[in-house]
Amino acid sequence: MRFAYYTLAFVVVLLLSVMGYRGMISTRPPIEMFPDMDHQAKYKPQAESKFFADGRADRPLPAGTVPFGRDALRADPAFLKADDFHYDGKLPDGTFGRGFPAGLAITGAFIERGQGRYQIYCAPCHGALGDGNGITKSYGMLTTPTYHDDRLRGMAEGEIFNTITHGKNTMLSYADKLSPDDRWAVVAYVRALQRAAHGTIQDVPAELQGGLK
Amino acid sequence: MSKIFPKSANALPLQLIIFLGVLGGVAAAGITYYATPAYLRVGYQPVQPVPFDHSLHAGQLGIDCRYCHASVEKSATSSVPAAQTCMNCHSIIKSASPLLEVVRQSYATGEPVPWVKIHKNPDYVYFNHSVHVNRGVSCVECHGKVNEMPTVHQDQSHSMSWCLDCHRNPAARIREPKDVYNLDSARLADQGPEGLKQAQKYIHDWKVMPPQSCSGCHR
Repeated sequence: MRFAYYTLAFVVVLLLSVMGYRGMISTRPPIEMFPDMDHQAKYKPQAESKFFADGRADRPLPAGTVPFGRDALRADPAFLKADDFHYDGKLPDGTFGRGFPAGLAITGAFIERGQGRYQIYCAPCHGALGDGNGITKSYGMLTTPTYHDDRLRGMAEGEIFNTITHGKNTMLSYADKLSPDDRWAVVAYVRALQRAAHGTIQDVPAELQGGLK
Repeated sequence: MSKIFPKSANALPLQLIIFLGVLGGVAAAGITYYATPAYLRVGYQPVQPVPFDHSLHAGQLGIDCRYCHASVEKSATSSVPAAQTCMNCHSIIKSASPLLEVVRQSYATGEPVPWVKIHKNPDYVYFNHSVHVNRGVSCVECHGKVNEMPTVHQDQSHSMSWCLDCHRNPAARIREPKDVYNLDSARLADQGPEGLKQAQKYIHDWKVMPPQSCSGCHR
């Protein structure tokens, strides 16, 4: 009987040394103990497809596709993006417009939304202050301009919107990351940064001036 | 008549039963330890087509998770970025690196980069990223400290009991909304009694009622 326990102890030690412990790093795909219905005949987002030639289950939109559905039936202003200024930053004559689209209320919450988006998508290059000294500058992105010179302070809001949408020079498009309204929120925050960089003591409310030197 | 069995054989049935009990116990312990996702899935670190370093980009450079995983706040899926997202910087920085050849190819041709998926839920699980991150559940709760991983591996088991641990007691794990994407932040409940009170307030105000019924996650 003793030998049965010895054998068991040996098997346990063997198992431990072969299987190791939980959390060990491995490059091998996990073993599936009960694969019932784990892999169903359906596509998940960004999944692979063996049917389409490019291997993608997500299909690119054919050129000229327009949305159709509930939004169109409710006469959503975003449908077909008919307002050129709101969705392109351009006036009917093709020049970039100043100011903000009539449909957007420039409130504190809207600018804070812009601040949040700015810090995610813009600050890595343009810097938290908009001075062009983001973290990428020390890695070789040397051409990022500051927002605080006269050229960019005088630039029309529509042109800033257009730059976010389509990119400019070494900057690529951010249209896939920022919705049109979020782009306008970022424009509003860029304006706030520019104003802050050229602020004077008179811009601070009187009751808060005491703490400043 | 000589004895066929020695006297010690009288104890054999009992000893056998005890041994089978021990054997069963060892087998149960082994299966519990080894045949569950905590062993099978945790630590999976596939070789990726591009040796993207999260500890450099998210840790050292401080780039927000959402810079690349942009859809996580508004969609069920946290999207894997298109090659253009890489090229936003790498058209200038390290633009000739051989490690980035696959990314440049993808950007030029539109063919996807063949990333290897690490965290795989079964197809009958319907997990929604946006509903979690918008209610104080940080990335780090399920994905671990990705900002310290040079190569990403699975950190948590993602087993059903693991999901339910949190669904049964969400106040213990949520964070301030501003800390959700800060993987080094502390849970509210770990910030003393005040923090726990704030967490319970959020659970109440946001009407957080994590489903514990089957149909909450399975359809």
